[in-house]
Order: sequence, then C-alpha cells, then structure tokens
Amino acid sequence: MQPVGPEVWEAVRLSLRVAFWATLCSLPPGLFVAYALSRWRFPGRQVLNAAVHLPLILPPVVTGYALLMTFGPNAPLGAALGEIGIVFAFRWTGAALAAAIMAFPLMVRAMRLSLDAVDPRLEQAAGTLGASRFWVFATVTLPLVAPGIVAGAVLAFAKAMGEFGATITFVSNIPGETQTLPTAIYAFLQVPGGEGAVLMLVAISVAVSVGALLVAEGVSRRLAQRVGGA
Amino acid sequence: MSLSVDVTHAFDGFAIAARFDAPPGITVLFGRSGSGKTTIVDAVAGLLRPQAGRVTLEGRVLLDTAAGVCLPPRKRRLGYIFQEGRLFPHLSVAQNLAYGRWFAGARADAGDARVIEMLGLGPLLARRPGALSGGEKQRVAIGRALMARPRLILADEPLAALDEPRKAEIMPYFERLRDEVAVPILYVSHSGAEVARLATTVVALGEGRVLRQGDAAEVLGDPRVTPLGAMAAGAVIEARVIAHHPDGLSELDAGGNRLLLPAVAQPPGARLRVRIAATDVILATGRPEGLSALNILPAVVTGLRRGTGPGVMVQLQACEAVLLARITRRSAEALGIAEGAAVHAVLKAIAVAKDAVGEPGPAGGR
Repeated sequence: MQPVGPEVWEAVRLSLRVAFWATLCSLPPGLFVAYALSRWRFPGRQVLNAAVHLPLILPPVVTGYALLMTFGPNAPLGAALGEIGIVFAFRWTGAALAAAIMAFPLMVRAMRLSLDAVDPRLEQAAGTLGASRFWVFATVTLPLVAPGIVAGAVLAFAKAMGEFGATITFVSNIPGETQTLPTAIYAFLQVPGGEGAVLMLVAISVAVSVGALLVAEGVSRRLAQRVGGA
Repeated sequence: MSLSVDVTHAFDGFAIAARFDAPPGITVLFGRSGSGKTTIVDAVAGLLRPQAGRVTLEGRVLLDTAAGVCLPPRKRRLGYIFQEGRLFPHLSVAQNLAYGRWFAGARADAGDARVIEMLGLGPLLARRPGALSGGEKQRVAIGRALMARPRLILADEPLAALDEPRKAEIMPYFERLRDEVAVPILYVSHSGAEVARLATTVVALGEGRVLRQGDAAEVLGDPRVTPLGAMAAGAVIEARVIAHHPDGLSELDAGGNRLLLPAVAQPPGARLRVRIAATDVILATGRPEGLSALNILPAVVTGLRRGTGPGVMVQLQACEAVLLARITRRSAEALGIAEGAAVHAVLKAIAVAKDAVGEPGPAGGR
C-alpha cells in the first residue's frame, strides 16, 4: 500500500467547498420554491413540482448531460455566461452547480414538509395584529420552519458531498479542480495500489456524513424545543 | 355609531345578509352554529371578502365593495381574540403581547402595564405558550389583542374551547373590558349564559339573517328570538341585591319582584343581571300552596309562540321584569294560557346557575 498522497486531502477540501456552496446557494431558491409549492395555487404548479423532482428520478448521468448541453462552452447559454466571465464547465463551480441541482429536490421536500405543518391560522393572527406579508413570514413562518430548513440543508449537504454521476458527466474528474470525494474514490479504484487512498476517502466520507447528521439532529432538537415551549 | 356592518355573502347553498350597528360596549352576535356568526366577524376582520358589503368603524371605511375598497386585516387596527388563542408558540408571553404593539408603532406605556395587571399576566411573561394552561393562554390572547392598540376588538367564541371552571375564570375579564375599555367589542357566542352576562347589545342571528337587535334584556325576553332552540332560551332580568340571609340565600329585587337565589357575591345595594332559563319556570293559574319553590311571581301573559314540537314559549310580564317560560302545548291548553291571562310563575331558587349571575354593563344597567 502506498502512503496517502496530497490529492486525497485535495479531494476532501474540494468536496467540502463544493457541498458548502451548493447548499448555501440553493437555500434561498429552495425556500422560495418550497413556499410556492406549499402555499400558492397557480397554473403550472404541478409542472414546477415535477421539474424540481426531475433530478431525483432521472439517471444522474442524464442530468449531467443536460447541464453540459446548457452550460457547456459550446452551448449558447454557457457561451454567453463565459463572455461575462462565468464558466461552469470543467470547473469546481460546475461541480457545485451539479451538486446543487441534484440536492435541490431533497432540500425542497424537507422544507415543504415543515411549511405544510405550520398552522396558517397563526399567520392569519399575525396579519390581524398589523404584520405585513413580509413580516408575517419573517417573524412567524420562518422561525416555525427553522428545523425543517436545517434538515433540508443537511440532507442537501450530504447529497452534495456524495454526488457522482452528474458531476463526472458535467465537469469530468480533474484532480485539484473537479475531483470530489466520490470521483476520487472512483479514480483510485482504477489504479493499482490505490486501496489505501480509497479506504481513507471512504472513512472520511462516512465521518463527514455522520457528523453532519448529528449536528443537524442537535440543532433541530433545540429549535423544536424553542417552538414547543417549556 | 362605532361600528356599522352590512354584509351579503353566499356560499355552498347558504346565504348571509346581515346588517347591524355595534355601539360601544360588548355587542354579542348570538346564534347557533351555522348561523353565519364567524363569517360576519371574518368579514369585519378582513379575513374574508364578502360578495357585497360595507363596514365602517368610527367613520373609517374598512370595506366597501361598491367602491372597491377592502382593507387588508393589518390595516384595520383590530384586536382579534380567536377561539383557540393562536398564540405564537416560538415567542414568550411578553413577546406575544408586544407583537401587535410593535406593528402599531407604539411604545410600552402605562396602559400596557394596566392590561398586564388586569389580566394577571405578570407571572407568565417569561414563559412560552406551550407551558400555559388553557385559561392562561386565553388571558394572554386577550392581552395581545388589547396591546395592539385596536380600534375594535373581535372575539370569536373566546370561551368555547375552555371547560366550565376556566370559563368562570375568564368571564370576569370580559366584564372588565366592557366596563373599562372604550373600544367597541364584537363578541360571537352561542351560549345564553355568556350573552346574558356580557352583552350590552345583542344581535340575534338565524339562518344568516338578523332576527332582532337591541338591548340584551329586550332581545333575550322576546319569545320569537330563540336562536339556539327553545331549550337554551332564557330571560335576563336586571336586579338589585337587598340582603344576604344566613341560610345561604340572597334576596334580590328584580324589577319589582322579590327573588331568593343562592348567595351571590355582590354586596347589598349592588346591581346585577340574572338569567332565568325558560325551562326552569313553571306556570300556575292560581297561587300554589304547599310548594317547596321559594319564588312565586304574579305575572301576565304577554306573548305565546308555538314551535314545531310539543312545546310553547310563553312571554310574561312580572311587574317590570320580562320572563320566558317553556311549557308543553298540552299544559297551555289545559290551563287556558292565552295572551292577557293572569298566572303565577314558579321558580326554584336553586335552579339559577352561578354563571347566570353577573354584573350589568354600564349601558345595560338601568
């Protein structure tokens, strides 16, 4: 077995960065979509619902290919974004985009569940007390769905850490740029004597995932206690 | 006129067409469930937009469908006390109380301190709603509505979700509201006892229409107004305490009649309201002898109303008091009870329920 090389740590660092930005950037749109699906009745609601869930049911490779067709250097949108300096293809930002798209349905589902559980009569009461829609959301809805937001964010983070198919299709597997934990494991499995690195990466994957889950449980429990009184 | 309401709304084969005015004090919307009470209150609050209507509060238009005006709830300056409290579970009692005040742009002042003192909320301020009893929650809900600096207080069956001891605990707070707060209160109820005790004005509703509106004693003594069915009907009499007797009874002067009731809390000389359920009154043509009932009032029949069942509602005038009696049609025929007949109304002292005795409102006490 060879000693574990720097590319292992590179992959861990990159994965954390990709998962962090993927989660952070999808929080606002995720909350917005979850709110729209939970509260508003509008034409095309079912279409939006299906579109959000698409990455969950499509083969990840298909999603990655769709991203390549949309944001690739030869695609009109990708080229236009490239003109103003925003490039996704074969960059770590692309890995983050792929992870965000794949994690989005999980995040929206968790948020929507907790939004559905908020009693709209409380929001109504806030309205009669003089709160505008924005303030009703900020002072009543948001604090009550906070545990759901944390749960959604953790699920999304874990999914982003482990995303493989769409990432490798969209941004390939470039060490130091787009080689995340799973793609690194895949790469080390292809070379003789890579088992040491694979074991190391697997152990780190498990540790990060379990750690995130424990932190989320703790935060959710404390938030739920605040809401539950006592 | 403080609040003026005119609402027309139809849905699912049910139509509401109600028009009434609510002067200061407590105006009770009284009727059985399904009579449209909550719909009317929600239209006043802005939680429901009626198909047609006009609502004005102290000359300010809250709703005018003809002019296309419909203010959202937050611009109506309300204090809405909901049946289930609807306290914010993630906020402390103090934060719940301050919620409406903050949006009204007001600072904490002596009035707030008085509300906290009046409702006994001081010891609860640091707690969260999850740690409060049902009665405490409802007291906080009342305080939250008051502190929002409302121009109108709405209360939708605020006691309906509470058990009897809790109701008895909260009812005095509404009496104090009525007597100490200048803001008009629109109060929804289907409880005869609550109406008798709290109402300054009663608006009796049936099938989405106003059956009668006016002074509490007048409306409740009208045999045509039995919005909850005859079993719940009862007259309200303004009375004055004459004396407390050592055997646990209190002597009252009720519109020229001497009444003996289980001891009341008020001191001699105090005025109060007594509700006498129509089913607790027995009629006799001659003065009965050798009867255990303590209260036998000479009266004249002033009205009769036949229902679809075996019963008859009889309206009586006993000196200045109006009484209602519910008897069977067979008895009415056997005794020859008709308008103008002289009878004796018999009332068991013990039949008058504790919660049927309360302080009169300033506008209701005459």
